[in-house]
Amino acid sequence: MKVGLFIPCYVDQFYPGAAIATLRLLEKLGVEVAYPPKQTCCGQPMANSGFEHLTGDCNELFVKNFAEFDYIVAPSGSCVLHIRDHLHDDKHPEAAKSISHKIYELTSFLTDVLKVKSLPAKFPHRVGLHQSCHGQRGLHISSMTELVTPEFSKPGSLLKMVADIDLVDLTRKDECCGFGGTFCVTEEAVSVKMGKDRVADHLKHDVSYITGVDMSCLMHMEGILKRQGSKVKVIHIAEILNAG
Amino acid sequence: MMEHSTKDHAELALDFNKDEDRVDWHDETLWFIRQKRDKAAHQLPEWEALREAASQIKNNVLANLHDYLLQFERNAVANGIEVHWAADAAEHNQIVRRLLNEANVIRMVKSKSMLTEECGLNEYLANHGIEVIDSDLGERIVQLAEEPPSHIVLPCIHKKKEEIGEIFHQHLGIEAGISDPQFLTETARQHLREIFLTRRAALTGVNFAVAETGEFVVCTNEGNADMGAHLADIHIASMGIEKLIPEKKHLGVFLRLLTRSATGQPITTYSSHFKTPREGTKIHVILVDNGRTVQLGRKDFRNSLKCIRCAACMNTCPVYRRSGGHSYHTAVAGPIGSILAPNLDMEKYADLPFASTLCGSCSNVCPVKIDIHEQLYKWRQVLVKNGYTPKAKKAGMQVMTWTLSSPSLYHTAGKVGRWVIKYAPFAVNNKLNPWYKQRDMPASPEWSFSEWYKQNRQP
Repeated sequence: MKVGLFIPCYVDQFYPGAAIATLRLLEKLGVEVAYPPKQTCCGQPMANSGFEHLTGDCNELFVKNFAEFDYIVAPSGSCVLHIRDHLHDDKHPEAAKSISHKIYELTSFLTDVLKVKSLPAKFPHRVGLHQSCHGQRGLHISSMTELVTPEFSKPGSLLKMVADIDLVDLTRKDECCGFGGTFCVTEEAVSVKMGKDRVADHLKHDVSYITGVDMSCLMHMEGILKRQGSKVKVIHIAEILNAG
Repeated sequence: MMEHSTKDHAELALDFNKDEDRVDWHDETLWFIRQKRDKAAHQLPEWEALREAASQIKNNVLANLHDYLLQFERNAVANGIEVHWAADAAEHNQIVRRLLNEANVIRMVKSKSMLTEECGLNEYLANHGIEVIDSDLGERIVQLAEEPPSHIVLPCIHKKKEEIGEIFHQHLGIEAGISDPQFLTETARQHLREIFLTRRAALTGVNFAVAETGEFVVCTNEGNADMGAHLADIHIASMGIEKLIPEKKHLGVFLRLLTRSATGQPITTYSSHFKTPREGTKIHVILVDNGRTVQLGRKDFRNSLKCIRCAACMNTCPVYRRSGGHSYHTAVAGPIGSILAPNLDMEKYADLPFASTLCGSCSNVCPVKIDIHEQLYKWRQVLVKNGYTPKAKKAGMQVMTWTLSSPSLYHTAGKVGRWVIKYAPFAVNNKLNPWYKQRDMPASPEWSFSEWYKQNRQP
């Protein structure tokens, strides 16, 4: 099994630790992973702003970088959702279609493809799990409070395999953090208020870390935590699953 | 009645957020209703099947709207109801005015109808010397306050009881400083009783019109539609053409979903069927298009017409709860309003599909399974392609796509970006950067992952 590692642009630039943990975790689990060096971005920031028609070159580059792999794995629900729903390439339509079927967000790759049952990880801290909307409501990696369906959580089930972790239950289990891509600057007031409220839920439960499958939500909450002078840290779920 | 504001959603939301305690109160109030909705939904194991059934019934209605409308008209006329057709808001308002003129009526009572808000009926009739009093308690309060409703089910949810006491003090003559809900409700009850008894014409909305029987159903919790209609000589019912359902038995699906989704109640207190006018009285139904057939022709957006106006998408929307209904500057606020309004006026409502994080909670609570957040995404594409986007954003997007489609440009830009944050934070940490206003920038690492990978993994 040959896995192509897709690292979202802002993770590559600002959170290399999350990317390294993803790579090391996959290697630890015996997966052959390669990182195509010419990758940039999935095109989501443009598309969500209404400029999907300008993402043609991004799409073409993505297909070129990842067509050869059996699976593509990314430490992000949001970027994976975008590729699954919107990747198209007029020159290589079949390759684009096949990519949208074989791309996985990290935790669902671990639970659904590798069928991980145990992890050698240890993380002796109190942790809040932020359900990133695109992974949850878009990729269905967890059940959703709005729907009358059986409860499950792929990231939650993996965190439960980590030794000594103290995972809290939030008051609002799956409310959006307000990042929303360009929404965070175009609707600054509401975005910040949503972020503050989400952070407050975690703080109320006395967490030391906020984790999640999407670094973008975590970056947003980190910006608020730091401004508040909080000692609480954000950490990508890959870093916890790879810890110890 | 609508606010004539030139501010967009982001600016109006910024105003709303100046009072953070109020935002918290508004958010908690609506979240409480969302939780009641969850509780009601989870009590029915067949909830998801009900939603699917409702969605399919409405899909059938939209696919055969022409036939159902004619069937409804035929049966309604046979029942003794007069049926009128209005192509747009102006024609709807003219029909109402003509019907009132013909009966020499200059004072009308009206129960909840978001369609008449959409058509600006109250303002139109006032300009023609006809007084309209809204009889839904929440609507009466905002009417006295000279504000539009901020929510389609809970029109004055943005007002605190103390503020309502003050409005009643000013307009209904109660003492100042009263905020006891029971006292305020009783005050409104006495005030409205006099209105019900003296108005000869009543206008109501329509929740469901049954093609099979030619009857229509009006749902209220206060019984105000019934009080108005039963005491008047003329009952005018205004409905959007999408309000049809094929058969009476389908009410068993929709009435179970409507109020559970709206407020968490198992059913509305009053679900009243109107079929035949009482002797000596008249019932008029006005079937209003006002852009609905245009929306029906938009493949990506047509199923927004499945909406039964329960407002579950508003109650769950984290943006709505923190920006308030008035920030949407349209009759129907929130996520559903944001996919309906651009159909009526793309330029005026170009901001609304962007007033969302696309979190998807709206689509999950929708009792008729409208893919609201996907339509928000699609409206963004349509609006940008039609030129309704700020120029600065467009130029920025072009630079972004150009950078991100070239690996070498991307890596250079990334390096420069990290370098700027690290060594010249004042260039980004300033008031012109909306991120920095209330949030810190991420730390700037020494190297990117791709640089690390080159050093540590590549042969």
